[in-house]
Amino acid sequence: MKKQQKHWYDYLWIVTPIYLALGFFNILFAWLGMIFFCLPLFIAIFGGSKLYCNRFCDRGQFLSLLGGRLKLSANRPTPNWMRSRWFRYGFLVFFFAMFFQMLWVTYLVGSGAQNLSEAVKLFWTFRLPWDWAYNGEAAPWVAQFAFGFYSLMLTSNLIGWIVMALFKPRSWCVFCPMGTMTQLICKLRAPREDGGQTACSVNGCAGCAGCGKKEA
Amino acid sequence: MPSKRYARVDRDYCVACGCCVKVCPMDAIAVWHGVEARVDEARCVGCGRCAKECPAGAIELKERGMQP
Repeated sequence: MKKQQKHWYDYLWIVTPIYLALGFFNILFAWLGMIFFCLPLFIAIFGGSKLYCNRFCDRGQFLSLLGGRLKLSANRPTPNWMRSRWFRYGFLVFFFAMFFQMLWVTYLVGSGAQNLSEAVKLFWTFRLPWDWAYNGEAAPWVAQFAFGFYSLMLTSNLIGWIVMALFKPRSWCVFCPMGTMTQLICKLRAPREDGGQTACSVNGCAGCAGCGKKEA
Repeated sequence: MPSKRYARVDRDYCVACGCCVKVCPMDAIAVWHGVEARVDEARCVGCGRCAKECPAGAIELKERGMQP
C-alpha cells in the first residue's frame, strides 16, 4: 500500500487565494497569471505531458480542498453534456475568442483609440468598478491587460467553484480550456500505437518499442 | 488472490487530469503521455476510489473474467 506522502507541490493551492487577493490591492499583479497560462503549454509542448494538471495546478488543488476536505461539493456526477467532447472543445473556442477580444481591447487602449476601463468584468457581462486597485503607475495598455486578464481569472474561478459545489470537486477540470488544450497537444505528441494498452502499461517493459524508446 | 473487480478507463471521456492517480492506494494508475489515465490491471484491487474521484465519470469498475 502506498503511503500518502506530501510533497512541496501539494501546497500550491495557496497560490489561488493569494493571486485573487493581490488583484484587490493592485491590479498589475494580474500579470503573474501569465505563469498559469504559459507553464502548462511549455510542459505539454516540450515535455509531452500534463504534469501541470497532474501535479502543479493550484486551481485544481484548491477545488479539491474546497470540495474534498472542506466538503463543499455535492459530489454528484458531472452531467453528460458537460463532459461531452463538443462542450469541451466549444468552451475552449469560446474562451479563446474572449481572450483574443481582451487582447484586442488592450491594443485599442495602447493605440489611444479607446480609454482605459478601470473595471473587472464578471462572466463577460457584469461590470464591477475596480478603480481602487490602480493608481496610474503603468502604461494604460499594461493596466488594461491586467484588468482583462484578472476578469478572466476571476470568472473562470467562479465557474470552477459553482461546478465544484454542484458536481464533483474537480468538475472544472473536465472543461478547463488549458486542460483541453494541453491534452490536445499531448495527443499530437504521443507515440503511435495500434489502440488498446501497450504491454508496458500492464506488465512492465516488454521491449515492444511502442512507447518510442529503444529496447533497453 | 486477484480482486474480483478492477478499474477501467473510458478513453473517450478521460481528460487526463490525474485526480485518479492521487487517490489510488496501489499506485496502479498513471497518466499516459498526458493523453489518458491507464490502469495496471494486475495491481488494481478494484477499490473504486478513482471512479469516485473522477470528475469526467470516465472510470468504471469491471468484473474480472474467470481466472485460469
